[in-house]
Amino acid sequence: MATNAPATKPKTLKDGYIPPAERLFSPGHRGCAGCGELLAARLVIEAAGPNTIVANSTGCLEVTTTPYPESSWGVPWVHSLFENSAAVASGVEAALKSMGRKEGVNIIAQGGDGSTVDIGLGLISGMLERGNDILYVCYDNEAYMNTGVQRSGATPFCASTTTSPSGEQSFGNMRPKKPMVEIAAAHGIPYAASASVAYPRDLQKKVKKALSIKGPKYLHIHVPCPTGWYAESINTIKIGKLAVDTGLFPLYEIENGVVTGVKKAKVRPKVEEYLKTQNRFKHLFAKPGGDEVIKQIQAIADRNAERLGLDEK
Amino acid sequence: MAEKLTEGAVVKPASTHVNKTGAWRSMRPVVDLEKCVKCYICIDLCPEGAISALPEKKGVQVDYDYCKGCGICSSECPQKAYTMVPEEK
Amino acid sequence: MSKLLGKKVVIEGSLAVAEAVKYCRPNVISAYPITPQTHIVEDLAQMVADGELKAEFVNTESEFAAASVVFGASTAGARTYTATTSQGLFLMFEVLYNIAGSRLPIVLTCANRAVSAPISIWNDQQDSLAVRDAGWIQVFCEDAQEIHDFQPIAFKVAEDPKVRLPFMTMLDGFVNTHTYEQLVLMDQALVDQYLPTYKPVVRLDPAHPMTFGALAMPDVYHEIRYMLNRALMGSMSVYADAVKEFNETFGREYTPFLEEYRSEDADVVMVSMGSLCGTIKDAVDELRKEGMKVGLVKLRMHRPLPKTAIRKALDRASVVAVIEKDISLGLEGIIATDVRATFAGHDGPNVLSYVAGLGGRDVTVPQLKTIMKEAATWKGRESPDEPFWVGLKRDIIPEV
Repeated sequence: MATNAPATKPKTLKDGYIPPAERLFSPGHRGCAGCGELLAARLVIEAAGPNTIVANSTGCLEVTTTPYPESSWGVPWVHSLFENSAAVASGVEAALKSMGRKEGVNIIAQGGDGSTVDIGLGLISGMLERGNDILYVCYDNEAYMNTGVQRSGATPFCASTTTSPSGEQSFGNMRPKKPMVEIAAAHGIPYAASASVAYPRDLQKKVKKALSIKGPKYLHIHVPCPTGWYAESINTIKIGKLAVDTGLFPLYEIENGVVTGVKKAKVRPKVEEYLKTQNRFKHLFAKPGGDEVIKQIQAIADRNAERLGLDEK
Repeated sequence: MAEKLTEGAVVKPASTHVNKTGAWRSMRPVVDLEKCVKCYICIDLCPEGAISALPEKKGVQVDYDYCKGCGICSSECPQKAYTMVPEEK
Repeated sequence: MSKLLGKKVVIEGSLAVAEAVKYCRPNVISAYPITPQTHIVEDLAQMVADGELKAEFVNTESEFAAASVVFGASTAGARTYTATTSQGLFLMFEVLYNIAGSRLPIVLTCANRAVSAPISIWNDQQDSLAVRDAGWIQVFCEDAQEIHDFQPIAFKVAEDPKVRLPFMTMLDGFVNTHTYEQLVLMDQALVDQYLPTYKPVVRLDPAHPMTFGALAMPDVYHEIRYMLNRALMGSMSVYADAVKEFNETFGREYTPFLEEYRSEDADVVMVSMGSLCGTIKDAVDELRKEGMKVGLVKLRMHRPLPKTAIRKALDRASVVAVIEKDISLGLEGIIATDVRATFAGHDGPNVLSYVAGLGGRDVTVPQLKTIMKEAATWKGRESPDEPFWVGLKRDIIPEV
């Protein structure tokens, strides 16, 4: 064996080596080196534990973890279609309830930003409205990555994607990110929150907290994608931290309609620090008028800071 | 493929480990255990789950069967205990 | 029908469906309302609300969601049911294929209705026939007694470990769903005996985690679809056995694949599905009185297509007039094409395609008699290139 194994069976990798076949999320998946989404998925399922059933939408996460006849998933896991993980999860919950098997079982529905804010939005809304005891997790890498980096409703202002490319007459995607945490919270659910793979312990705390609450929960996780953001894989976490710290992807919770758990900071870096790490924004530094656009992006961050109280006094 | 297909293509759990993604690497992380303070941040941040704690709090170990060489561990270690070196052929 | 077991009632066709589904003890029902399916799901909702049926009834925001809910519930090991029609069935299209490919024994009732555009809420069979390639077992019912009786048959066949496929039963929208008929209800104890608790081969279970819905590369997809088709073809014999056992348990006399009505010595045989067959039987009786040798073959199972049974039932006829409430646009009636397929490479009758009753247009006994008389004149002639459109009002159609 390539690694040293401890005498007693470890619960987590921080306790010791666990043979891959015994893990909740096995290595050997086809995710890109440095993939933020696959890291986040591992953190989520390790926080949720073995008594969890996962319904997963089509996308990078699904395709890279389940090439027949292999699967990375050590928990019961089902993939149906692109837009319906929330409804499939509702069906799982109904089945367990009807057969008296629901007690102590976590149900997670998850998908990327495309499947969440665009094609699956109606079905997520239905699940939230029905009040199912399900945690919905969105892995937001800000485009349809699995199909080749096309824009989604979560693509940020002026990011270049393959269907909203920067060009002679364009600065890229001209629409703001869909405010998915607020949309979820507007359904009157007990818990909605944002998280980032760059802050893994905060992420896992939020997963555990959400699963301890009965009813529909929503967790929106920012996951840098080196491949689709045209960045270095070694910088995945650095980039993720800057997204949070600049205020472009703030971390907060909404519990029963009230904003709580805001991640504040004394120093808020300027958005340029974040934008220059990824070539999907490089046109902002090259094209005439780019600095005006950067000012607009800074204004988005400033508005977030004001709305949520990100700046620590 | 020697194994028979399953009806409805149902798949056994935690089975991707047969695919040794360590072969993808061009750089490998090497950890200096003397610098390691056992904060275990690298364990939390490895997308493959290829890093685990050594017994008796001796530090951490990298499973080179699966490490893809992304470099995140070397970037994020607060003690700069990791060095990325070219993969030897 | 000889010794009928059960309570005789006069109820709406929709309630006949709901009562039967209730006896089958589904765990999870999920549906979205669409005319003319609404009474079925409303009746079931009331039964759940009154504690008469112990099931989780999940209201959804669309048919796509309803189909996905039963997908999830079935994967988790529950007995599941849904109902829809027309546009709703089409919205489920993606999920229908996904369900069959995933080998889930979901039961669905389709209250056949015309499809948009133009929008129409009235009966024809374009909807369910459009999804015939999805891998679902499809059985068409003529009246309230049949649609009632075929629900436990549907669950039993679908859940058989040799089958593991979804089962769609059809009744005609408004014609069956909203009319009151006399029928004999099944007895709950007999249904429990006929249809035991569902025992899934695999299911979502933290104690035995499995992965459902993996990505199939080109080196295995072909074979996985072959296995799906193999199971669907194999379901014919399981279905025949299930119908036989049903007859013995409940005192009925159903023939599984098709019903032959006065067709054994008929020169001209009509082929059709669903409620229209009732009207055709009346037309056959009148023409027989007038001395014409005519008959009806009522097709029950449409997918998988029982080719041998169809060929056997039709090979003595000179002319077969397939009359159906659908059309495969750009070709002809779907069942006509299917009937032709059963005679490929065999000597057989002249097969004519009649498109009738689209969008709820009545098809009358006099019209049917005219068709059979006219069909007789096509003996030995080459069939026309295009189907006949029954009762077409040429005076309102502008010239090109």
